[in-house]
Amino acid sequence: MSDIKRRDFLKATAGVAAGTALGGGTALFAPAAEAQLKITPEKGAKLRVLRWKRFVQGDEDTWAANTKKFTQVTGVDVRIDAEGWEDVRPKAAVAANVGSGPDIIISTMEDAHQYPDKLVDVSDVANYLGNKYGGWYQAAKDYGMHDNKWVAIMMGAAGATLVGRESMIKGAGFDQFPRDMGGFLKLCQALKAKGTPPGFALGNATGDSNWTFWLLWAHGGKMVDAKNNVVINSPETVAALEYAKQLYDTFIPGTLSWLDPNNNKAFLDGQIALTNNGISVYYAAKTSTDPKLLELEKDIQHYPFPLGLDGKSRELNLVFPMMIFKYSKFPNAAKAYLAFMMEREQYVPWQEASIGYVCHPLAAYESSAFWTADPKKTPYRDCMKNMTNNGYAGTLGYASAAAQADFIIPNMVAEAASGSKTPKEAAERAQKRAERYYKL
Amino acid sequence: MLPGAALLLIFLTYPLGLGTYLGFTDAKVGRAGQWVGLENFEYLWGDAVTRLALFNTLFYTLVASVFKFALGLWLALLLNKHIPFKAAIRAVVLLPFIVPTALSAIAFWWIYDSQFSIISWALTKLGLIHGYIDFLGQPWAARFSTIAANIWRGVPFVAITLLAGLQTISPSYYEAASLDGASPWQQFRHVTFPLLTPIIAVVMTFSVLMTFTDFQLIYVLTRGGPLNSTHLMATLSFQRAISGGSLGEGAAIATAMVPFLITVILLSYFGLQRRAWQQGAADK
Repeated sequence: MSDIKRRDFLKATAGVAAGTALGGGTALFAPAAEAQLKITPEKGAKLRVLRWKRFVQGDEDTWAANTKKFTQVTGVDVRIDAEGWEDVRPKAAVAANVGSGPDIIISTMEDAHQYPDKLVDVSDVANYLGNKYGGWYQAAKDYGMHDNKWVAIMMGAAGATLVGRESMIKGAGFDQFPRDMGGFLKLCQALKAKGTPPGFALGNATGDSNWTFWLLWAHGGKMVDAKNNVVINSPETVAALEYAKQLYDTFIPGTLSWLDPNNNKAFLDGQIALTNNGISVYYAAKTSTDPKLLELEKDIQHYPFPLGLDGKSRELNLVFPMMIFKYSKFPNAAKAYLAFMMEREQYVPWQEASIGYVCHPLAAYESSAFWTADPKKTPYRDCMKNMTNNGYAGTLGYASAAAQADFIIPNMVAEAASGSKTPKEAAERAQKRAERYYKL
Repeated sequence: MLPGAALLLIFLTYPLGLGTYLGFTDAKVGRAGQWVGLENFEYLWGDAVTRLALFNTLFYTLVASVFKFALGLWLALLLNKHIPFKAAIRAVVLLPFIVPTALSAIAFWWIYDSQFSIISWALTKLGLIHGYIDFLGQPWAARFSTIAANIWRGVPFVAITLLAGLQTISPSYYEAASLDGASPWQQFRHVTFPLLTPIIAVVMTFSVLMTFTDFQLIYVLTRGGPLNSTHLMATLSFQRAISGGSLGEGAAIATAMVPFLITVILLSYFGLQRRAWQQGAADK
């Protein structure tokens, strides 16, 4: 299918070149009977895509190869620009504000909820993909849908799990990794006693401070209730912060200054036995030529976060919405591109090449063989399935984005954990800061 | 005249005006704002993080500027002496200033790393300390660490500019002074320093302005952490406006910096450049 050349495509669609009839389009790259998406790229369409710069090389290479395939099939030229992931968000914001820029931006978190009226309705693409591939996970719907229509197609989530050194965890007396909060604290205390401490980022780390959301949610604390009233100053939050204090006592020194890369470096250097991270640490060790790192790779193991006190798992991961902006001259070509990239033929090889760095948003992809072929990857398979959105238990939008960007929850945990504020004070401060954003 | 005015209008007045206007609205990313008057400023005044950022900025600027001035002047005086390889040394001194800030900030990030710091490593190997120093993990340590990095970067600018000033002072003043039996300190105090004040005023105004509005160094080193103890007005403004989407609030923080900057400019203008003798009149 992928060897259909541009000429064939043109032949196939020649009769409907006027664009009034429904021709070719995605039906071409989805030969299966259930394919019903019919989108014809505009004549002479050219696309500019802005995405975040890859964390693992396989991602970039295969994404580019898939894009080339798309160009071969449709004749639509696609230029991909990549920027550091934290720079994409401001650029997307500027594009939304000034009304010009890349046709497609692959950004992060709830961007689509911040300017939904600037985005092309992609419900047709989303419904088509959802029907074909076993439905979207709840988190994909949370981030992709605004007012009952889809404003972004979710690329997936950079899942984070606990990354640990199996030998050290066993050495601390834990043959089984604990699944409950009490056991997890005991494990960290035992690791510290053995001189192989854990380390979790407590600085203003945009991605790796997400573990603090898990910590809060696991104890039943939450930023807002279902009506977006700020309720973070609660006994549950204080309990979470008391727990954080005990946990922090087991950390390697310096975690208050940790930004996103610090835990990777410390882990790969063998200084910590446990942290939270995407699969990139494992990837770095696996693809290294350094014998020390190859040795370390055998010892790396991934574990799901412990369940909350109510027995449920609630974690926050970095999600990637793919948005088409209304100013784009080629919305149909853009839609066709997104649909094409999400089809199994493209998506799964890409996911595999990036060794599962991005966890799929579509349920059917959880059966992909590579998730279980290497058992170390398996915990990452369910990251998007298990995740909770950062607006929990309210809605996503300006307020949730602002509250997260202002590091309210990570700051609160850091303040209480380090003892610079009591848990009660830290929760009160977080309440005050959050109320500002949620009063709108 | 007209093209110049147009340039100023497009590239200076418009962005400045827009930024100030945004500070009085509740604009969000992707949504035009409503005029809310002073509401943003009222909120920011009561916001503990903004107050902390204001304190940090003033502290950062004051300490860094004092050191940059003292070290810069000292360095300029040294470089003004007859030393071998004068030109080469002067060029080398400028290096910290030439290296892009983002790059030198990354170097400092490694130097201050909590696990891999070269300073900690060296001191440990020498047996002077036992644990690694937590440069960026403790609020006060982080403040002084970022200030040190800023000083390192800012000294060459001050030094080279002051050196240029020193070289405009005619040697005949020093000859006259030494004939009068002036000691080196007296020569500095009564000849060098007074003649240097106009340059000092200019260079320190620039230096203070650049320090007050510093962004890159903090953004790379700490992102304003730990516990917001190194957040400057500029970094907080960016965090709130761009990452957080609250354009109005971020613009208000940026606008709040302007009165401080104007004060600095006026201080240096009136305090240092308006000596009567500099205007051709008799000194009072």
